Amino acid sequence: MTLAPNATSPISHIVTKSVDQNQPGRSVWKAVATPFQAVSRPLAITLSVLVWVAVIGGWFALTYSGAVKEMFLPRPESVVSTTIRMALDGSLWEHVLASVQVVLIGFVLSSIVAVPLGLTMGTYRIVQAALDPLVNFIRYLPVTSFVPLFILWIGIGIEQRVAVIIFGIFFQQLVMIADSARGVQRDLVNAAYTLGTKRSDTVFHIVFPATLPNVLDVLRVTMGWAWTYLVVAELVAARSGLGYISLKAMRGFQVDVIFMAIAMIGILGLCTDQLFRGIRRLVAPWAN
Amino acid sequence: MDALTLTTKPKSADIGVDNVALRYGTGDNAVLALDGISFHVAPNEFCVIVGPSGCGKSSLLYLIAGLEERTGGTIAVGGKPVTEPGADRGMVFQAYTLFPWLTVAQNVEYGPKRKSMPAAERRAIVEHFLQEVGLAKFANHYPSQLSGGMKQRVAIARALANDPQVLLMDEPFGALDSQTRHSMQRLLLRIWDHSKKTVLFVTHDIDEAILLADRVLVMSGRPGQIKKEIRVGFSRPRSMDLVMEPNFIAMKRAILELLKNDEDDEH
Repeated sequence: MTLAPNATSPISHIVTKSVDQNQPGRSVWKAVATPFQAVSRPLAITLSVLVWVAVIGGWFALTYSGAVKEMFLPRPESVVSTTIRMALDGSLWEHVLASVQVVLIGFVLSSIVAVPLGLTMGTYRIVQAALDPLVNFIRYLPVTSFVPLFILWIGIGIEQRVAVIIFGIFFQQLVMIADSARGVQRDLVNAAYTLGTKRSDTVFHIVFPATLPNVLDVLRVTMGWAWTYLVVAELVAARSGLGYISLKAMRGFQVDVIFMAIAMIGILGLCTDQLFRGIRRLVAPWAN
Repeated sequence: MDALTLTTKPKSADIGVDNVALRYGTGDNAVLALDGISFHVAPNEFCVIVGPSGCGKSSLLYLIAGLEERTGGTIAVGGKPVTEPGADRGMVFQAYTLFPWLTVAQNVEYGPKRKSMPAAERRAIVEHFLQEVGLAKFANHYPSQLSGGMKQRVAIARALANDPQVLLMDEPFGALDSQTRHSMQRLLLRIWDHSKKTVLFVTHDIDEAILLADRVLVMSGRPGQIKKEIRVGFSRPRSMDLVMEPNFIAMKRAILELLKNDEDDEH
């Protein structure tokens, strides 16, 4: 890796070009020294690319130097070739699809209950008083300890994996959505009343639109957690999916397959994250 | 529907407040915020309440709006006892309360929409009142894109578009800089000349009170009581130059004196 001698040149190049024409390097120094200092887009992109290059470069260095045996850390190109091989024979897509299916079913089922119930909980103190102690108890129970119970109750089919995801994210969603509903400015509700809003319409007309950006953020974050619980569920009982092939690969010492599965989850997570950001920009343009 | 029919037939009602009390908490911790408040605001009258901060003048508006529950006395608007909030009592708040998820036009349209008014009629009303507050060009902006003064102008338009019987204003210009505040006062004087709604306006700014009011009610500190009522006879339409008139200054001095006595009583 020839990082060291050239490392400063792309930065100073960007700096002279767009930020501080007279004193190259100063804006970088200023951004490092000043909290909340804005960073130009070219500089931001350059920095993020550099970090990626450094991480992958480190990976190359560790494997090619022989510092870590290939049994524990595969070479980058063998992960890529494994990915291509599995993509071409179709097995990759089969497992991705299986995982995406479970995550989506679990996430959607959880969300369609958690969003309205959370908003109701945050709006009506009496609902909160009734549910809060129970919800706060359950949400501290480790999901993993329920996996054997779910297998006992509902077997090892897709329902079991969906149940793990729902159990993992539902109560978290509920608490966070209720919190954002509770945070709705009281005078907004008062203004709505003086404009003829019925009390029973408050959740729909005021609380829901007011919290929509927050709710979408909660969904985006819990979507990430859903992927974590998916792997937990698939490691224990599954016949397909990215978590399942990781476990199978470990038994056969195919570290490259494990890496591929992890990378796929990362990429899928990144995609859903961007999707949610896009939806937020689309349905709540006022909150940007 | 043209602008004329909108402005010539405004609804307007009286406000009757009789022996109203407001107590927070119970037992030894109870605080008496309002005690034995009685007054009457005639239809089409512009009545202003001034008082020291914490005298409960805002609470009084919330009680009339039905947003808070009184612990004694009766309140009636247009002869109808107040039991809960309703569209007949429009309110402009000190805090910015435009719905951030709606555009300026949609904010103004909110009340008429709740009444299931036909879309064409709603559009005419929105257009008229945005014109009235000088923000027709900003119809499609979101509140976050507006300055504080513009937000309050939309809030006034939104309250009036709903054609309430009375308009309650809780220090609506309190958060604005003095320049903006003056232009808002001019705007409100002009709009009120058009609509002649019954207005009950709360402020701690004495200039603002005299400039706007037909009648000023001076309140005392906790527990809040009506200390004195002052008729403001200046002819309308009024200009901002009024604040330099000797009569205006004499009236201001009298009110200041009343509020000052109140401070002395406390210490």
